[in-house]
Amino acid sequence: MTLAPGAERTAVRVELLVDQRWFAICELTDLTPGRGVAALLPDGAQVAVFLDRSGRAYAIGNRDPFSGAYVLSRGLLGSADGRPFVASPLLKQRFDLETGRCLDDEMVGVQAYATRTRAAVSVPTPIV
Amino acid sequence: MSAPSTPSAPSAPKDETAPEIAAEAVATTAAVPTIVLVGHGMVGQRFLEALAERRVTETARVVVLCEEPRPAYDRVQLTSYFSGRTPDELSLVEDGFMARNGIELHLGDPAESIDRAARTVTARSGLTVAYDTLVLATGSYPFVPPVPGRDSDGCFVYRTIEDLLTIEEYAKNCASGVVVGGGLLGLEAAGALKGLGLTTHIVEFNPRLMAIQVDEGGGTALRRTVEDMGLIVHTGVGGKEITADGDGAVTAMTLSDGSSIDTDLVIFSAGVRPRDQLARDCGLEVGERGGIAVDERCRTSDPAVYAIGECALAADGRVYGLVAPGYEMAEVAAGTIAPQATETTETPGHFTGADTSTKLKLLGVDVASFGDAHGTADGCLDVVYSDSRAGVYKKLVVGADGALLGGVLVGDAESYGMLRPLTGSVPPVAPEQLVLPAGLGAPAALGPSALPDEAIICNCHNVTKGAIRSAVTDHHCATVPEVKKCTKAGTGCGSCVKALTSLVNDELEASGVSVDKGLCGCFGYTRAELYEIVRTLRITTYARLLDSHGRAEARQGEGCEVCKPAVASIIASLAPTLGASGYVLDGEQAALQDTNDHFLANLQRNGSYSIVPRIPGGEITPEKLIVIGEVARDFGLYTKITGGQRIDLFGARVDQLPLIWARLVDAGFESGHAYGKALRTVKSCVGQTWCRYGVQDSVRMAIDLELRYRGLRSPHKLKSAVSGCARECAEARGKDFGVIATSNGWNLYVGGNGGADPRHADPLAQDLDDKELIRLIDRFLMFYIRTADRLERTSAWLERIEGGLDHVRDVVVEDSLGLCAELEALMADHVAGYRDEWAETLGDPERLRRFVSFVNAPEAPDPTVRFVPERDQVKPDLTVLSGPTIPVRTLEGTASR
Repeated sequence: MTLAPGAERTAVRVELLVDQRWFAICELTDLTPGRGVAALLPDGAQVAVFLDRSGRAYAIGNRDPFSGAYVLSRGLLGSADGRPFVASPLLKQRFDLETGRCLDDEMVGVQAYATRTRAAVSVPTPIV
Repeated sequence: MSAPSTPSAPSAPKDETAPEIAAEAVATTAAVPTIVLVGHGMVGQRFLEALAERRVTETARVVVLCEEPRPAYDRVQLTSYFSGRTPDELSLVEDGFMARNGIELHLGDPAESIDRAARTVTARSGLTVAYDTLVLATGSYPFVPPVPGRDSDGCFVYRTIEDLLTIEEYAKNCASGVVVGGGLLGLEAAGALKGLGLTTHIVEFNPRLMAIQVDEGGGTALRRTVEDMGLIVHTGVGGKEITADGDGAVTAMTLSDGSSIDTDLVIFSAGVRPRDQLARDCGLEVGERGGIAVDERCRTSDPAVYAIGECALAADGRVYGLVAPGYEMAEVAAGTIAPQATETTETPGHFTGADTSTKLKLLGVDVASFGDAHGTADGCLDVVYSDSRAGVYKKLVVGADGALLGGVLVGDAESYGMLRPLTGSVPPVAPEQLVLPAGLGAPAALGPSALPDEAIICNCHNVTKGAIRSAVTDHHCATVPEVKKCTKAGTGCGSCVKALTSLVNDELEASGVSVDKGLCGCFGYTRAELYEIVRTLRITTYARLLDSHGRAEARQGEGCEVCKPAVASIIASLAPTLGASGYVLDGEQAALQDTNDHFLANLQRNGSYSIVPRIPGGEITPEKLIVIGEVARDFGLYTKITGGQRIDLFGARVDQLPLIWARLVDAGFESGHAYGKALRTVKSCVGQTWCRYGVQDSVRMAIDLELRYRGLRSPHKLKSAVSGCARECAEARGKDFGVIATSNGWNLYVGGNGGADPRHADPLAQDLDDKELIRLIDRFLMFYIRTADRLERTSAWLERIEGGLDHVRDVVVEDSLGLCAELEALMADHVAGYRDEWAETLGDPERLRRFVSFVNAPEAPDPTVRFVPERDQVKPDLTVLSGPTIPVRTLEGTASR
């Protein structure tokens, strides 16, 4: 993630709802359709943020509950019955991107976050 | 440090005439009957589950007295504690099970006496519980031979998690250890000591290891393999005396032949004995050689008292030390205790004996025995296959009428699942074919379709062929995943999935359902068909292929994790020909790759990556070795030599990958493609240049081949090797394409494989010169890439395609399809278009952008990727990843200490 220092320009920002507050994660151009990135929340939690083919963003917790590793952002996207999912890169369990539910084990899920994209003149919220 | 516990010798007077107690249990408490279970091991827990399944727990009070400080755990897998499984992970008690069923579990409070007249049990804490029904599942205790000095510090038994914890602690200050007993558990204990870094001796009184399960030949093969692992085996001798130092700690063990072993630690693993003392003390009938006598419903001489598992002497006069018969007894007892209402459920009403066939992996060696393994039947004959070099020994016992009676398998027990169900019948092929290794015998004739319905296909979940067929025919499962969900088959270790898939497809075809051979839910075409579509229509993007050739419901969708990498690989293979970019991270290709290809490194369990620089032919200069060493040291990486003559560097964070590769590329290294479905390595022996036997320069040929095919994307990984003479030190016949030198040139072998499904490569052509050899390999590889399924290695491909090896030889040697010029041109394009992916990545800031842990904090390292020291290097610190993982298992109740 790099931004030209000091450059003021119109960018489309990806935000997600954390504790009732919209939190800016990155710019839309930081995302590749069909892939994800990991991001840090103010409390240190990790989220995985994805973009689908149509340009919609999704966010779920980054921790793979099957292995404990923080890797869901590195999985591949797919869709099943019209709903987008990410397949864990470790053992390939799939998680619904809208609800966080695991499609291969109904007892398992990760947190899902609401997302939105905003046109804004800004740089992303600094972290740390 | 305590000495092994030896229960006192039988002392209670044997009461031959069991007390006459009325068969009808008199409810001593009010309306709620009480069932007391003594012992909470594997069988005890199974009994509780069986009670719950029969809903007995809803109407009865169930009290459990357990000696150990923790609830039931998987004792069979005990040794896996040393390979990283925690006691919690070994637990067999599902979260909330006790609470949900209202079961009272008293941990660390063993039963100490039974008053049968008053129908009470008293535990060590003084707790006295009145029972209507008492179930003894006290298991067994380790037998400790009466060796003087056996109570010295450093003498242990190997039975409980607590034993293992104590051994692990004590072993920290030990250099060597002796295991007394070379049976199943003894070998496991020896493996554990070896794993703890001790020089390990095994002392076995019998003339061979695992004397009960295997015969002399099997014992010899097993011994050789065990010795190859660095363990020291002493057979035909017993322990005579244990010597201790002034502090009472073990220093040596003298053997019966007068020799002596210096040792700091002794583990006794010389068999077990039923724990029947409680039963003896209260006058229940016990067997002459121990074991609480029970009838075929697991009732003791007192009808209100049951005994199950290893403490019981079954109706057939045997004590079963295996878990499966114990489970069966638990079911029988629960079925008998449960009210009649459940008469219609499939309770196995009687336990009259069990099959003691076993298959296990000991120290990584497969060992199996089944049926009449020792050939005791009249007039029976043996068929033996023995390959001491490979550590394989197989013996089948065949009756005079040709029926298979039993057998012993050591080193390769792959066929156990097929042979055991055939026991008692005349096999469909000659028995000698059944023991030959795959490729030499006729295993094809004995595929899953030849098996009887009782054959166990999935050993982990005990699923029979009949159950799988019924899932398709009766439960209307139409795909392998549905059958997996329905039967659980294939969801354990996964080794049966191949057989499972073939069975499901056979069954679907037989029932007239057309089998969907499509790649996945997105494409109805096979990989080979998609390859042809991409090639002929010159499609260069996944999205275009999905929207034009995907299944109707998948078009415009996201695709899935199965077809994305497969299509990416096809496009990459054809890139030079299609005029597409061959660089796997450009444009849309970036979104299609599995994480390994995406980061050009191999993802490991804690989210870190490993790095394998290419070392063509395994030849490397001291300067380059030093660079690898320096890079590993500077970045704190764990280093390990791979099987393919390379060096793997583990533990890099995503953001470190470019920094590490900058130094490697600087020193002349390039990507080793360990992360890709691509050529991995071409291994070689040192060849004619140095070796007195060599007849060709195998190293040069290996380097030439590796540089020619590096970066070639294929349906699965490709491995190769070149041997400089017929001694075959490079193991070329275990590779996808292997080359063996002759005095006239090179022999080419194809379709070999190691791993879980080993196969020797088949000869494709002989005495080739360099040019002929390379031309044939070019054609072979391109033909494979064109026609193989996704993730189908050359070995499976060669066996699957119609006409097999002969067809492939026709196509690539005789050019029967007129394809060869095209195949060669494709390879020429690949060779000309090759560029090192890592050098390209480092040269492009845009491509480097993805190598950060966090998009909104590019400088921050991922705090969850951490390491702890082990054997002077690092290993992943898994504690930072802890938290609720699946399956979630917390202990019932709280251990009181």
